[in-house]
Amino acid sequence: MSGPELPPYARALGIDIDHDEDGNPVLFVDFSERILGRPGFLHGGAMSGLMEMAAIAALRAEMERRGEAMKLKPVNVQVEFMRGGTEQRTYAMGTVTRAGRRVALVNAECWQDDRRKPIALAQMKILLSPAEG
Amino acid sequence: MDSPKEPRTLYDTPPDFVFDPARAARMMTRHGHGGWLGLKYHAHGQGWFELELPWREELVGVAETGVLASGPIISLMDNATSMSVWTLTGKFVPHATLDLRVDYMRAAEPGRTVIGHGECYKLTRTISFIRGIAHDGDPDDPVAHVIGTFMATHGSYL
Repeated sequence: MSGPELPPYARALGIDIDHDEDGNPVLFVDFSERILGRPGFLHGGAMSGLMEMAAIAALRAEMERRGEAMKLKPVNVQVEFMRGGTEQRTYAMGTVTRAGRRVALVNAECWQDDRRKPIALAQMKILLSPAEG
Repeated sequence: MDSPKEPRTLYDTPPDFVFDPARAARMMTRHGHGGWLGLKYHAHGQGWFELELPWREELVGVAETGVLASGPIISLMDNATSMSVWTLTGKFVPHATLDLRVDYMRAAEPGRTVIGHGECYKLTRTISFIRGIAHDGDPDDPVAHVIGTFMATHGSYL
């Protein structure tokens, strides 16, 4: 379930789906010069991009389970950077905290070699509207 | 090509390096994530800094519409606000983003360059408070608003 589901930006950065965890896709990106921020560290914007992709993927999966075709529109995102990301594979997974009929709140976590030590957290609010047709 | 005298990144500059925003921006946008995104220097002043993010197919978030993904906008604003801090300190102080909140007003017009305007509105010894907007031509009709903080990792801002 990789490739076509992810947008051009994700594919260009090398973001892909690793596996599913309780119905939530776990995304990953391998380290490359493309996502390097300050020397030796992952760029915060790239981390945020990965977490946003994971948040949206988790929400899409939830909508699919409900059998609802929804259009998603991001309202805002709050990102907390807790540790510098180093030059290795980075993972992110979203968790739907609350999805009503019109708005959803999704959390996302980003980690590297140690799952218990997340490097960043994101919280995203997404507007839902019925897809046309 | 880098000339031998030009440091590769800000981290390679000597301690007495006087912060020259345009030159620093050239360094920051030539390599790594900023380089890949195609970020360019736009303008700066005391306490503010602007970078450009030209539209490109690879940066699209919704293939059907051609609208830019939000990741590149966050990176643009992270870098523009980061640079705005050093226009106040007058020197390069290594720092890390602590948090960033982005409010998305509307989608950027496909094909248009997005300008990231970042400003630092308060400096303490350890924390810089930043905010900014991203727009695609009209600053009065922004694509996004951001607010956040950076922390000096080595040394002090003041």
